[in-house]
Amino acid sequence: MSMTIPWNTGDLLDEVQQRAGTAVSACFQCHKCSTGCPIGPEMDFLPSQVMRLVHLGAEAEVLGSQSIWLCASCEACTTRCPMGIDIAGVMDALRIMAIDRQVALPDAHGREFNRSFLGRVRRHGRVFEVGMMASYKLRTGDLFSDVGKVPQMLTKGKLSLLPKRSGSAGEVREVFRRADEEGRGEKGGGRDATGLSHNVAQPPSAVRNSPTQPGAAVPQVEEEKRS
Amino acid sequence: MKYAYFPGCSLESTAWDFDRSTRAVCRALGIELEEIPDWVCCGSTPAHASNASLAVALPVLNLQKAQAAGLPVMAACASCYARLRTANHKVRNEASERHSAERITGKPYDGGVEVHHVLDVLVNHFGLEKIRAAVGQVADLPATTENSKRRAGWQPAPRLAGLRVACYYGCLLTRPPEIVAFDNPEQPTSMDDLVAAAGAEPVAWPYKTECCGASLSMTHADVVGRLGHRLLSMARQAGAECLVVACPLCQVNLDLRQADAAKAHGAIPATPVLYVTQLLGLALGLSFQEVGLKALTIRAEGLLSRGDKVAQPPTLTPCPSPASGRGEFCSGGKL
Repeated sequence: MSMTIPWNTGDLLDEVQQRAGTAVSACFQCHKCSTGCPIGPEMDFLPSQVMRLVHLGAEAEVLGSQSIWLCASCEACTTRCPMGIDIAGVMDALRIMAIDRQVALPDAHGREFNRSFLGRVRRHGRVFEVGMMASYKLRTGDLFSDVGKVPQMLTKGKLSLLPKRSGSAGEVREVFRRADEEGRGEKGGGRDATGLSHNVAQPPSAVRNSPTQPGAAVPQVEEEKRS
Repeated sequence: MKYAYFPGCSLESTAWDFDRSTRAVCRALGIELEEIPDWVCCGSTPAHASNASLAVALPVLNLQKAQAAGLPVMAACASCYARLRTANHKVRNEASERHSAERITGKPYDGGVEVHHVLDVLVNHFGLEKIRAAVGQVADLPATTENSKRRAGWQPAPRLAGLRVACYYGCLLTRPPEIVAFDNPEQPTSMDDLVAAAGAEPVAWPYKTECCGASLSMTHADVVGRLGHRLLSMARQAGAECLVVACPLCQVNLDLRQADAAKAHGAIPATPVLYVTQLLGLALGLSFQEVGLKALTIRAEGLLSRGDKVAQPPTLTPCPSPASGRGEFCSGGKL
């Protein structure tokens, strides 16, 4: 696999370090994170390669990668990194940046799951599994997976058909609204009263300048060239 | 001993048996729990993967409620535990995080509430000595109504003697160590000690802290199947007859998805996956019902009644080679 990466201004590295609050630049490619990553076999870029892409300023590759959505946040990499880099935190920052810049995602399941989950929390103050699953399935069109498990889960009392509302649901809604204003992540994190907003079909090279850095010279990223 | 109890959303639904057994065990041992009034979701992975401010503010909302009650927090779900601890860590160490959390929740919070996991509470606060004593001697249990009722029909728990158990800690009980910090991140032992104190036999195995795939369960069930199969096969190979866990996601991924994992990656003998509080509860003389044992997909009653009658758990698919004593491992040659 070869790729052409434009002149590296270092802006990507700066932004990731600032958002994740960790020194990605300290990575010297020992691959300890990749060796221990449970999801390694399914990833397109291993965690150490993700760190390297950030060094190289390869914004389109890293923000459009499958890996950042496959990361299970198990923190094995963060725990083992000899340079103390919070690699799982970097994955979070990259996911947030990918949404921020409206990058075309290789598959939108991770984002849609997050939205469905947070949509329930925003509404009820707690997760309501049945509602969350229904919303997720509608958003992704993945209607039939695991449906066979539902009757069994219902008989075992593992699913409730009615939401369990927290008495602080109103407070939670206010927290979501103010968190939106802070601008450190997806706005309306799961706005979803009815919301089936599919941003799945974005134009392929939809990498925009970050709204958090107006005027900053974000490099014009060339389209991926892979052979 | 009194704690502000944070059950978390899973314990209201998929993991109701974890909730029931946690409360029952604490009641039996005289650990007082006061549920945080109107607690809200900790945000879990979707929050920290979507919005950095929200990921701190939601846990802080709960911690503020606990602070008002003047109690340390005890969480049962490993993921909630990690989110509450992470929020505390950020508020304590980064002024900007604290300001952001206070601005969003509209209330002050200094990170002053201690957060513990039920495993930490049982092993390190309550103490293994006292648990060992309580398991052997129900008469030594605190004199509560439940305990006096229990004492009447109680017998020492023969069903756990010789039961080989793989303790599975998963990711978030021990990682990252600077945030959770009650056990070794690579070679934890607290659950093994607790299981031994309960009278069962913890096996040595290498995948104690390997990830089960966690919330990829919804989005990439195939990955969870692969990881679950690896874990279950290794536990079996190490001689375990069942697993114990302390996280609702681990339990669902290894139990509810076990049949799928076996179908996709090769046969494994059906292996019950219990919450550690269920196992401890049984050792303390609680009934199957009191620890919610019927919620398990792979039933454990047979295995746990062995002392009385039944011997082996049922197998999903017949093993090609006959069981060979300790390592009756059967993965269709796919390990």
